[in-house]
Amino acid sequence: MTGLTDLTIAAAREGLKAKRFSATELARAHVAAMERTRALNVFVTETPERALAAAAASDARLAKGEARPLEGIPLAIKDLFCTEGVLTTAGSHILDGFKPPYESTVTAQLWRDGAAMLGKTNMDEFAMGSSTTTSYYRPTINPWARRGDNRPLVPGGSSGGSSAVVAARAALGATGTDTGGSIRQPAAFAGIVGMKPTYGRCSRWGIVAFASSLDQAGPMTRSVRDAAIMLRSMAGHDPRDSTSVDTAVPDYEAALGQGVKGLRVGIPKEYRVDGMSAELDRLWQRGIEWLTAAGAKPVDISLPHTKYALPTYYIIAPAEASSNLARYDGTRFGLRVAGDSLTEMYENTRAEGFGKEVRRRVMIGTYVLSAGYYDAYYIRAQRVRALISRDFTQAFQKVDVILTPTAPSTAFAIGEKADDPIAMYLNDVFTVTVNLAGLPGISVPAGLSADGLPLGLQLIAKAFDEETLFRAAEVVEEAAGFTARPGGY
Amino acid sequence: MAGSTNLIDGRTGKWEVVLGLEVHAQVVSNAKLFSGAATAFGAEPNTQVSYVDAAFPGMLPVINRRCVEQAVRTGLGLKARINLRSVFDRKNYFYPDLPPGYQISQYKQPIVGKGTITLDLADGATRSVGITRLHLEQDAGKSLHDQSPGETYVDLNRAGVALMEIVSEPDLRSAEEAAAYLRKLRSILRYLGSCDGNMEEGSMRCDVNLSVRRAGSTELGTRCEIKNVNSVRFVMQAIEYEARRQVEVIEDGGKVVQETRLFDSGRGVTRSMRSKEEAHDYRYFPDPDLLPLELDPAWVEEIRRTLPELPDEKKARFERDYKLNAYDAGVLVAERESAEFFEAIAKGRDAKIAANWVMGEYFGYLNKHGLDLPKAPVDATRLGGLIDLIADGTLSGRMAKEVFEEMWRTGAPAAAIVEAKGLQQVTDTGAIEAEIDAVLGSAADKVAEYRAGKDKLFGFFVGQVMKRTQGKASPAVVNELLKKKLQG
Repeated sequence: MTGLTDLTIAAAREGLKAKRFSATELARAHVAAMERTRALNVFVTETPERALAAAAASDARLAKGEARPLEGIPLAIKDLFCTEGVLTTAGSHILDGFKPPYESTVTAQLWRDGAAMLGKTNMDEFAMGSSTTTSYYRPTINPWARRGDNRPLVPGGSSGGSSAVVAARAALGATGTDTGGSIRQPAAFAGIVGMKPTYGRCSRWGIVAFASSLDQAGPMTRSVRDAAIMLRSMAGHDPRDSTSVDTAVPDYEAALGQGVKGLRVGIPKEYRVDGMSAELDRLWQRGIEWLTAAGAKPVDISLPHTKYALPTYYIIAPAEASSNLARYDGTRFGLRVAGDSLTEMYENTRAEGFGKEVRRRVMIGTYVLSAGYYDAYYIRAQRVRALISRDFTQAFQKVDVILTPTAPSTAFAIGEKADDPIAMYLNDVFTVTVNLAGLPGISVPAGLSADGLPLGLQLIAKAFDEETLFRAAEVVEEAAGFTARPGGY
Repeated sequence: MAGSTNLIDGRTGKWEVVLGLEVHAQVVSNAKLFSGAATAFGAEPNTQVSYVDAAFPGMLPVINRRCVEQAVRTGLGLKARINLRSVFDRKNYFYPDLPPGYQISQYKQPIVGKGTITLDLADGATRSVGITRLHLEQDAGKSLHDQSPGETYVDLNRAGVALMEIVSEPDLRSAEEAAAYLRKLRSILRYLGSCDGNMEEGSMRCDVNLSVRRAGSTELGTRCEIKNVNSVRFVMQAIEYEARRQVEVIEDGGKVVQETRLFDSGRGVTRSMRSKEEAHDYRYFPDPDLLPLELDPAWVEEIRRTLPELPDEKKARFERDYKLNAYDAGVLVAERESAEFFEAIAKGRDAKIAANWVMGEYFGYLNKHGLDLPKAPVDATRLGGLIDLIADGTLSGRMAKEVFEEMWRTGAPAAAIVEAKGLQQVTDTGAIEAEIDAVLGSAADKVAEYRAGKDKLFGFFVGQVMKRTQGKASPAVVNELLKKKLQG
């Protein structure tokens, strides 16, 4: 049944409708793939019984001709989304045994539209990381391996379980969340499509918060069309999230196939960073050529505050996180480590419950918000954030979409950057600007490196112009013709 | 400014107290500030808690429009500036009764800015006190330390309930002024319906900021903050004690240390809670889960249009329309219910008699029986009926008091009691004349003395006539007829 797990969501949808196979067959094929790929440590929690029950219900609907938009599509869910009655860990020890009594808005909408849950995917603890190695539940292994090198590679992060599961053909698609690149970078590392919508497009309700002003859910799939299909179900205004925006959700799929004729594509000179590999630079150049060949017009642009994006991000995100994570105090849910006093219980619980990277960021965040430092760090970072946002606003007066590489490198080996948090943070250099400006961005697999690892190109569009983003991404996808498959599973 | 009577006598001279109050007023609303959970007082522990209040992962706050409306209404009632854009911040600290580890409050940009409040002082004078700001914030839950010897329990029913923190300028100069401020603020809040002002149930709580300086000095001294003083009486006690303490510290050659103090109501003293050095660093920053609060000016105007007549305006109107003095008017308008009660009676009747009856007999009975107006057995219509019987001469003042007692006991209307008991005042001049003739006839010597100039005997004759009529004779008629007859 490997054929069924190779399908795109769009193809599976057609096959189910045409009754070439049943939802149950599709679910079983994926449950089998989950078992086959266990060595990758993709899931924190597998829920095959749920997937099969949902598939049975989908078959009944399909039989009656009442198929919903995602009828019978087996998906994996990042373990940051609260799922009712199903263990939700955020990759952290501190959420031990936490089974939410509620379902996140985004996942509820996926189930409303007929999708089936295969399980909860591994991730960097509280989404803090670019490698899925900070998870309490051990690292996830990228199904891709370097040519002639069998060291296990990271799948990127923080949505690394989701990128690996989609790349390894153990789910047709997955949800991710992206705070500084956590959908796009792992998508690039795993050779799949990863899309971060405009801030406010998807509800954050029921998603464990990392940095509230940056977090956004998005789809991770094997095609641009699949991302468009998934996003339509995930997006929408939610009165329970005050930052979710009340604008209609378009039919993103309908925007596909329109090409990029006349579209102006911005090429920001600041993204040509020092030490960027020649092959990445070549790939970027090729991307420009593909779009030009399809009728788009390349325009050199400047986003002058780009170099401040990373430090800005690493002030704002930890500041918000230090406050968001205060609720994990051992009193109401999750882990509690006893102590002789209240303070001792807090300290024991949080010291044992949080991993090193989370503790580091909580301390950075606490520091930048503290009296005497607040103005110098947090306030200044907010000002720079506004400037970064203005860079994009000005650029988008001249262009419709911006093309950049997704990440500065290919997937690295597990443990390779473990001792150097700064090197790790540099993974986000091309992606954080998009979060700081609240814009939609997408990573499309565009080629392989010399040692056989996937490389991604990133497209960025105006706020709420996901349609243009998908249109341009589809052109890159077709031109790249990325058909390579990972061998490591 | 404050009169010199407010000064404290120290060993080395006179001292002035400078104080400001921070009042936490619980907003009247069915749901909490950022969640849909109920807010009723006295529910079983942890029965009014949503996942938002308990800060479960992924839960988000959504502002309750009703609470914003109440804050705007209160701001308008305090004649304050309404900020059309305000921002919610997080105040971060760890405590088990604060589930998210932060309180959502307003720090730099509150919803209401500067306003004023007019104090009614004991001598009928008024004094204006500045309001610095009013902001919206969440209440915390309640730690219960007395349920188990080794553990603390937490009740989150109150967690997330909306509070208005109302901060005064340091314009107050004595415990009495602080009390007058609290009473007036409470009165305004209750008129507006934005807070029930119930200090016993904790829906109005008070922190006191206090410093002292030598009389005549214009510099501010080092202040202490006294936390959570929960009745007007305790506020006064805490101020008296703390002002004395600070004066003594300085006069003994010491320095007042800026710190937070707690009022111990059992012993009537304040004691140190934490010093400035131990003060929390709350790491305030704008709450990224909430957008800045933007108010539509038209909506604010709509709220302004629906404001009730407030105590100050009502008091002025009572003085003007009913010719009441400032003190009487002040007493009657302190509560909206009593003002309305008075007006229902005064309308079309003698306002002075109405005011005397409401403030005298009626309030006296309410106090004696520990009742609130709505629960009293005699309503405005009934009391009005009684006053009508006084006005038309049916009842004398003394008889009216008897009738009122009966009305209070039975709830019956005055007229029915008068009829059933035959209490009606006799105004039949023929009948009264006959009684007068009998009295004068049996006391010819006294009549002679009176006519010889002993005017004081007039009262004796009145008394005799009233005795013969068992008090039912109209005193006015008796007086008139007696005078005529005695003149001969």
